[in-house]
Amino acid sequence: MIEQWFPNVNWDKMWEATGETLYMTAFSTVLTFIFGIALGLLLFLTSRGQLWSNRFTNVITAAFVNIFRSIPFIILIILLFPVTKFLIGTLRGPNAALPALIIGAAPFYARMVLIALQEIDRGVIEAARSMGAKTTTIIFKVLLPESMPALVSGITVTSIALVGYTAMAGAIGAGGLGTLAYLEGFQRSRGDVTMMATILVLVIVFIIQFIGDLIVKRLDKR
Amino acid sequence: MQLGVFKSGRCRLASAGVGKTETTRGAGICSASAGTDTLNYQNIITDLLKAVQKMIQLTNVHKRFQLNQAEIVAVDDVTLAIKEGEIFGVIGYSGAGKSTLIRLLNGLEQPTSGSIVINDLEMTTLKGAGLRNARQKISMIFQHFNLLWSRTVEDNISFPLEIAGVKKAERDAKVKELIDLVGLSGREKAYPSQLSGGQKQRVGIARALANDPEVLLCDEATSALDPETTNAILDLLTEINERLGLTIVLITHEMQVIRKICHRVAVMEAGKVVEVGNVLDVFQSPQAEITKRFISQVSDNADADEAIKHLQEDTNGKLVKLTFIGERTEQPVLAELIRKFEIDVNIVQGNISALHDGAYGTLMLQLIGNPAIIDEAISYLHANEVKTEVLTND
Repeated sequence: MIEQWFPNVNWDKMWEATGETLYMTAFSTVLTFIFGIALGLLLFLTSRGQLWSNRFTNVITAAFVNIFRSIPFIILIILLFPVTKFLIGTLRGPNAALPALIIGAAPFYARMVLIALQEIDRGVIEAARSMGAKTTTIIFKVLLPESMPALVSGITVTSIALVGYTAMAGAIGAGGLGTLAYLEGFQRSRGDVTMMATILVLVIVFIIQFIGDLIVKRLDKR
Repeated sequence: MQLGVFKSGRCRLASAGVGKTETTRGAGICSASAGTDTLNYQNIITDLLKAVQKMIQLTNVHKRFQLNQAEIVAVDDVTLAIKEGEIFGVIGYSGAGKSTLIRLLNGLEQPTSGSIVINDLEMTTLKGAGLRNARQKISMIFQHFNLLWSRTVEDNISFPLEIAGVKKAERDAKVKELIDLVGLSGREKAYPSQLSGGQKQRVGIARALANDPEVLLCDEATSALDPETTNAILDLLTEINERLGLTIVLITHEMQVIRKICHRVAVMEAGKVVEVGNVLDVFQSPQAEITKRFISQVSDNADADEAIKHLQEDTNGKLVKLTFIGERTEQPVLAELIRKFEIDVNIVQGNISALHDGAYGTLMLQLIGNPAIIDEAISYLHANEVKTEVLTND
């Protein structure tokens, strides 16, 4: 029956594209999580009244975050061509999409990290300091665990945005469901291929959301 | 035999100086140093000197903040000595600088000038690892508990031990001991969100005791609790003070807290310490206006004030306020007064409150009769060490 509704779908190609989308999303989500938290922590700790309170670093970091968050993703890919060429060696394929995906998403996520960290009760940080905790201890045993539910729900949203970004990157040759929908579906007027690619993207998004919500529920003891 | 007498005499001396805690501490020193050679005498004396030693010494401490171009003086030239093993209260209204003062003690705030010595360690010059190590011996509990919600009761208590680098097995044993001490057995695996306010503060106290501190700072520790829970937490603090010989510094805006557990009290207003003394003395004869206001928090009731005003206008006889302290509250002074003097005594209002070491009572009387005899009666009261204040302006 499925064959009837989607006569033009080449299933091998479809699964391969799904794999590429999953690969790009997973890889960039992991690195966005790491870089986003690092950037968010830097923003938080250098802000006024915090442990590393430093106006200069704070302004520079905030500017970096704001600029890369504001550039439309499709333009960011083009702007990053030289960097991608240098890092990956090619402009085609799933790996070529990664630098743009991470640089586009990490600042976006860093803002969410900052908000999550600002939600932590200042008193808890003060309590840790009063016990003689080092800054690294405060980061890894107070700031991150206490904001973890917000960090996870933030990365869930970011990860879903990244699925969308991979499709966009696909339009200029990164591979994945985006490329398939654009080249096989749109350009050859095979609506069923575009439809199937869309359905698979939706399934991926739903699964990410489901897993994210599940983890948040597990973590949140408030 | 003689040695025994000498020792016990000395011990009593030490206990009189610092209050209840020192009784047990003093006894400990005496029994520990049973022996007859002179070397031991020296040990006894050094130990006793140590027992009444200053734990915390603040000298000319100032703290100024810069806030939107305006300078705020939070702590203004404070000099204070807090003895080892005592429960020292700092009372003041919000904004009096008491929160800043307590944060200066563990270096959460650095003073603008002045010296803070805790257990022979100058806190103001400490930095980095030195300051962090010092903080492990000066722990703190908070008004809003400040527990990590992501950790269970036992993991919260374990946190300061992790910071101190204590091994897992040792940590677990210590945590178990502390949970028993604060009365939270059975709740080890609960998260803070599943606990009541009083239970949360018990976790806070257990956490604060984890690294065997010398000083416990209490930042409005009972202000977020209901009266009954407040009493239970104050009892726990007293017990800890007596059992572990811990020096406790607490700040509060409630005179009840000072009354119930403190040995000595400092009253703060606008960054300055306006009055310091034994709680009993301060209750008996408050000097500063603000201290009188704090005391009226616990001894007066507003309804009575109206009635007393009426009586003050009454020219019939004299209105006097008697203040009883300690043993005096247990003597039948009033009965003797009536028996001895040819006057009528009209009881207007009476009040008694328990202090940490003794009781404190006030009694408002209207004395009616021959003015000469009334004056005699008042001097009789004075002679009996009952503080008497004449309220009528005749």
